[in-house]
Amino acid sequence: MNAPLSRRALLQAAGALIVTVPLSGAVVAAPVAVKPGPADLDAWIAVGRDGRVTAFVGKFDMGMGLDVAIAQMVGEELDMSADKVELVMGDTFRTVDQGGVSGSRGLANGGVALRAAAAEARRLLGEAASKHLGAPAGSLEAWDGAIWVAGQPKRRVTYAALVGGKGFGAPIKWNGQFGNALAITGEAKPKAAAKYRVVGKPMPRRDVAAKVLGTAEYVSDLRVAGMLHARVILPPAAGAVPVSVDEASLSGIQGAQVVRQKDFLAVLAPVEWDAVRASRALKVSWSKPPPAFPDQAGLYDHIRKSPSVQTSVGPKIGDPDAVFASGARVIEAEYEWPFQSHASLGPACAVADVRPDSATVWTASQKGHAQALGCAKLLGRPPGSVRVITMIGPGAYGRNDAGDAAMAATMLSAKVGKPVRVQGMRHEGTGWDPKGPASVHRARAAVDEKGAILAYDFHTRGFSRAEINFTENDPKETLAGQFAGYDNKPGHNLGLPEDSYDIPARRLAWTSVAPFLDRANPLRASHLRDPMGPQMHFASESFFDEVALATGQDPVAMRLRHMTSARDIAVLRGAAEKAGWVSGPPGARREKRGDVLVGRGVACGRGHGTLIAIVAEVEVTPATGRVWARRVVVAHDCGLVVNPKGLRTVIEGNVVHGLSRALFEEVAFDRSAVTSVDWATYPIIDIADTPETIDIVLLNQPDIDPTGAGEPTTRFVAAAVANAVFDATGVRFRRAPLTPERIKAGLRKV
Amino acid sequence: MAQQRLKLRVNGKSRAVSVEADTPLLYALRELSDLNAPHFGCGLAQCGACTVHLDGQPVRSCAIPATAATGEIVTLAGLGTAEKPHPVQQAWIDEEVPQCGYCVSGWIMTAAAFLKTNKNPTDAQIREALAGLKCRCGTHTAILRAVKRAAQVMAKGAMAKGVAA
Repeated sequence: MNAPLSRRALLQAAGALIVTVPLSGAVVAAPVAVKPGPADLDAWIAVGRDGRVTAFVGKFDMGMGLDVAIAQMVGEELDMSADKVELVMGDTFRTVDQGGVSGSRGLANGGVALRAAAAEARRLLGEAASKHLGAPAGSLEAWDGAIWVAGQPKRRVTYAALVGGKGFGAPIKWNGQFGNALAITGEAKPKAAAKYRVVGKPMPRRDVAAKVLGTAEYVSDLRVAGMLHARVILPPAAGAVPVSVDEASLSGIQGAQVVRQKDFLAVLAPVEWDAVRASRALKVSWSKPPPAFPDQAGLYDHIRKSPSVQTSVGPKIGDPDAVFASGARVIEAEYEWPFQSHASLGPACAVADVRPDSATVWTASQKGHAQALGCAKLLGRPPGSVRVITMIGPGAYGRNDAGDAAMAATMLSAKVGKPVRVQGMRHEGTGWDPKGPASVHRARAAVDEKGAILAYDFHTRGFSRAEINFTENDPKETLAGQFAGYDNKPGHNLGLPEDSYDIPARRLAWTSVAPFLDRANPLRASHLRDPMGPQMHFASESFFDEVALATGQDPVAMRLRHMTSARDIAVLRGAAEKAGWVSGPPGARREKRGDVLVGRGVACGRGHGTLIAIVAEVEVTPATGRVWARRVVVAHDCGLVVNPKGLRTVIEGNVVHGLSRALFEEVAFDRSAVTSVDWATYPIIDIADTPETIDIVLLNQPDIDPTGAGEPTTRFVAAAVANAVFDATGVRFRRAPLTPERIKAGLRKV
Repeated sequence: MAQQRLKLRVNGKSRAVSVEADTPLLYALRELSDLNAPHFGCGLAQCGACTVHLDGQPVRSCAIPATAATGEIVTLAGLGTAEKPHPVQQAWIDEEVPQCGYCVSGWIMTAAAFLKTNKNPTDAQIREALAGLKCRCGTHTAILRAVKRAAQVMAKGAMAKGVAA
């Protein structure tokens, strides 16, 4: 937003950018914000009168310590300890659109941009100090906001005295992009890693104590004066729409009212429990659409037999078809992965306060700036007019139901003219959240007599992960918007696996099939943590073990012989060594311990620029079908390690989340509705099934910019487990999740 | 249904709320605007995010009527404070357990009650005591470390008290 008011004036209060400015005409608006644009250094870094530094970041910390790591990167460049750097995140009026939480890019994009800004700020501070002290900039040293002539500590000045409260008033080069693609570069070059004093040190998180002491304010804790509580009324069957609504059915509930906009239906009441009661009491007559879904048992046949909508082929290497036709030995297998739910710990909640001259939306969506754009479109107001404040919520693993709640709250607040808080119920959070897509994967390899892979062909076929956009940048991308009549055209995108192998001929491709419904589909697929990563790599890395078995090779050695990059090799070796890997073909590590079978499996590859290898040790209990990944070893190379303390717990979370999806999670549905709607019908991992040990080997690359850690480890967990289960039992499981029932059934066939 | 005015004992104070006969304790507590945790997770007693202590025992506040909560209710914020955190809360802080943190009432309130009567639990006993609680971020290994750390600290504290006596 560009406003004529001087940025300097706005920065007087050290980052307090919220002021009241007159909008066009004589009407004085509610407080609005004016922030400098991305090409202005003051958009990124502010030094307060007290010398405290504030960094403005268009990303958000979802509880993985992103804020701390960025504070370390900023502090490093400004020669100050990270705890003197405060972050402003999650406010569209105070931060530039850096894409929000997205693709494990928090440090790779967010941190690197802020590092450039901080380095430039430090350069300007050096210049100003040089003038002030009458000494060349190269002779100055700085720490914690003071800058002095080397060897003459009394010739000093503070950052606060130089620019505190005034701002830098300097440009920074911006590439003209928003979102993850946004990049800025200053004249200053960031520090060489050899000089690091702040980056690379373990630093504690900032959000933990408040969460543990019960004082942290979640979006669901927000109470806005005069707000109404709302529950959205969702149809009993996919595709059903309300035919008639009996508003009199709410007559016994104080203050309860119904809002309907086309097929979007909600109840509101001043007291939350009354809103819940109203949602249960409301009598609605629904249309009876034909069944939207096939039998669940026929899901993978449906995927195989449905018409192809879009196909995309990755960069072709060599001539795989010629190799496959050459008479070389061919190994082939297919793998299946179900729909999975975000199943955030609580159903989504959002609050909106839409007024004639302003609108504020509080959400736990990962993409605040996109949400602001979508809400503005809904309200028919200009982009930038809606302020979105991102708050912590009940877990976010991609495009979950958070943005749907925010759009619903905005729609309702606009209708009733009061602030509205929307929260779902459990069955809505699990039954109606956007899903991770179901898919079928076919892998083929041609091998020579020595077991070298000559050609590789991998094809994913499934539902698109873009049936709705991964942001809420338009009402049509949200459930509330689709019910209200905004027509969505599903996008088509799946993805390609990222392996570490140098194979002379290869083809990777995907093909999408049409969604079951274009609109208000409870099985609409979108981004779930590491979109398509677990699906594709369950298949591809299981398959490489199948090749190892067919050719009598050790799975680690076979992978290593096809690698040429030193980093890939170091990661796989790192995991194998830490795990005490014993060489031999799949099955060679089998042990019997009492009534359990023990095995070890490996999986590795790349994701989001990060290199990962996992060795899982599992115990399989044939009598019960239980698979327990007792020990999991992860070797992890995400370039520069900024905060090793935070990184370790982030990787642990990836492993456990990955195990949950590999072993337990599968959306169930009948012909017309999702039937896995709570923790009993959509089980996730229990603490009983948590590994005894997760060993993490961090391979730090100080001279390589940091890449992501928030999700890439997740993608290799299922294959490592399936390979370990094969090692233990001799049975190959090609359909996820590896539930006790499937294990028992699979072992019975032997 | 008729509204009634109810007095609840929450974190050592008497709090008045208006409820229906079927208002779950969780919703009554959430009417108290100064209280953040507990959270609504499922409303089905399946996850634990709404756990509070009722007379020292962990209960799922989403699944009992407010009118039945006639005893002393302690929420996460009443278990300890920034100045004096409960040993389980301190262990959670030391181990940096939570990611989103929405689930912590379940784990901490259950672990605190468990450790009161189980001074030196084994790994298997801890897993059994916490079975059924849900965490979606996958912090379970940190949870196990934190409970073991808290058990050690509480055992030491008990020993120190014993010596002093």
